[in-house]
Amino acid sequence: MATTVIETKGLISLDRFSLETLHQFHYQMTFIRRFEEKVNEMYTRAKIGGYCHLNVGEEGSIVGSISALTPDDYIYTSYREHGHAIARGIPPGVVMAELFGKEGGAAHGRGGSMHMFDPGRHFMGGWAIVGAHLPIAAGAAFAINYRGDAGVSVCYLGEGATNIGAFHETLNVAKLWKLPALFIVINNLYEMGTPVEKASSVPEQYKKAAAYDIPSERVDGMDVLAVHDATQRAMDHIRREREPVFLEFMAYRFRGHSVIDPGRYRTEEEVKEWMLRDPILMLRERMVAAKLLDDAAISAVEQRVETEVQAAVDFAEASPFPDVSTLFDYVYA
Amino acid sequence: MAVIAMREALNQALREEMTRDGNVFVMGEDIGVFEGSYKVTAGLLKEFGERRVVDTPIAEEAIIGTGIGAAMLGLRPVLEIMTINFILVAMDQVVNHAAKIRYMFGGEVGVPVTIRTPGGGGQQLTAQHSQSLEVFFAHVPGLRVVAPSTPKDAKGMLKAAIRDDNPVIFIENISLYNTRGEVPDEEYLIPLDKAEIKRPGRDITFIGHSKGTLLALEAADRLAQEGIEAEVLDLRSLRPLDCDAIVESVKRTHRAVLVEEGWPTYGITAEVSATLMEHAFDYLDAPVKRVGGIEVPMPYSKPLENAVIPSVERVLEAARSIL
Repeated sequence: MATTVIETKGLISLDRFSLETLHQFHYQMTFIRRFEEKVNEMYTRAKIGGYCHLNVGEEGSIVGSISALTPDDYIYTSYREHGHAIARGIPPGVVMAELFGKEGGAAHGRGGSMHMFDPGRHFMGGWAIVGAHLPIAAGAAFAINYRGDAGVSVCYLGEGATNIGAFHETLNVAKLWKLPALFIVINNLYEMGTPVEKASSVPEQYKKAAAYDIPSERVDGMDVLAVHDATQRAMDHIRREREPVFLEFMAYRFRGHSVIDPGRYRTEEEVKEWMLRDPILMLRERMVAAKLLDDAAISAVEQRVETEVQAAVDFAEASPFPDVSTLFDYVYA
Repeated sequence: MAVIAMREALNQALREEMTRDGNVFVMGEDIGVFEGSYKVTAGLLKEFGERRVVDTPIAEEAIIGTGIGAAMLGLRPVLEIMTINFILVAMDQVVNHAAKIRYMFGGEVGVPVTIRTPGGGGQQLTAQHSQSLEVFFAHVPGLRVVAPSTPKDAKGMLKAAIRDDNPVIFIENISLYNTRGEVPDEEYLIPLDKAEIKRPGRDITFIGHSKGTLLALEAADRLAQEGIEAEVLDLRSLRPLDCDAIVESVKRTHRAVLVEEGWPTYGITAEVSATLMEHAFDYLDAPVKRVGGIEVPMPYSKPLENAVIPSVERVLEAARSIL
């Protein structure tokens, strides 16, 4: 990986992946899509409150990258992270229970949509202040180096986070201190309703890493295989060279910024165009063309997912609300 | 017991804790080679090396954020923010992150970080380098906030802060670094939630913290020459506030003068005063009086600066108005 930028590689061959891996990618992306649709439904039924941001459209970026990590690696994300949490292995019922504000949730109902957490799986939080989790993720990388641990600190952010001061302070120390950190921008082109061209003097985010001499690459975030390949190469580079890497996944959210945003700042044509590049459909098409998948198998996956998502809802429903007598728990150790 | 300066007491605390626990490291601007703006970290780089004494760029959000991240993985960072005024550019990390993490993640993780930072005025450092911003932090659930007044307390409380599993804001005062006092030779810790009576008395209670305590002690000496015995209660901890100690003292003396170097409006003295209204109203024989910094940005010119910072004379004036 060069210290300057590299544009997206060509199509990654299916042959490079085992059949099991390809089916896993297909299943996980389908699951996250259906889970998020169900979250939207539960929000409209007032089972879920507060801010709620969906990963619909970003499944390729999430599944492709998290599948390239090891259990030693740590994950930090922004507030749009239900899919990341599930891809990392947090049981979907536990994620849904958190959304419902239940004791059985990932943060025992204290965090909600934006604060999924599971230290055992090294899932170190959804964070709700744009860009502010970058130095914290760098701190994990610092601790990894300090102790001589294995593992890389992987920090997801949106393209909007690249304009805030913490982004620049963090990239500077990450390179300066040779931290084992991977920064992944999921560029969905809009920071809330503001298009990236109107917010960022350099709309191509991967170029910003060059200012700190951090190797970077722009990747088709709708192509789960390209994402996986780039993440794998980035992780290899970080482990080998002991320095940070920066990836930019070009993606799109098919829904608004949050569940209550109709997304009127985008044209219908643009949304339709991007939906043609739906990460799930793109993988299906390629697997069907290669005779690795057929309609019956797709249907079976969808039915399995339907059952499992419903089970997550059932788990969340069955979990109790936190008792008000526990209000002061966790303020202090 | 040895008599040492507060600067040396803090240095001893850092050295002892770093020796005791390999997870303790110090990080900040110019704390290594330069040995710290106020030399609190003198000698540490030589003794512990670059791995554990980390010089940083001028990037407060990166310093506090990486400290939080490292603490979440089990290290015990001791961060130095060169002056409390600079922490404002990283308040997001302190208030939105350090204070919230344990709670919003349902108790699944803690943040055992200590943030040391000096505040206070009196050195002609002007408006942007002379503030006492304790109350900004003391307002926030999830933080511990302490401000020692003596070398003994400074050492024992810094060691306790480093061992504490919560984020601790440890506020020093630039005008106290050279003050001297007795420090026990043996190892000791001082609790982070207890006020202490620094001088017992029966006629009036002075309540302060950090430099305010020293002003109160001097005022008490002067009143003693007139036969008036003032009690001096040193808060030491600002969050939690030791309400029991405050109320107990005033129940005995029936009068109180509250002292802080910061602005009193919505200040530490405002909180102590409210505590007395709520829990000691029936014991008060006179209105509670407050002495604090005059509410202007700190001016440069010496006579103007002197007029802003609380003095022994102002404490005495307040006391005499209710005796």
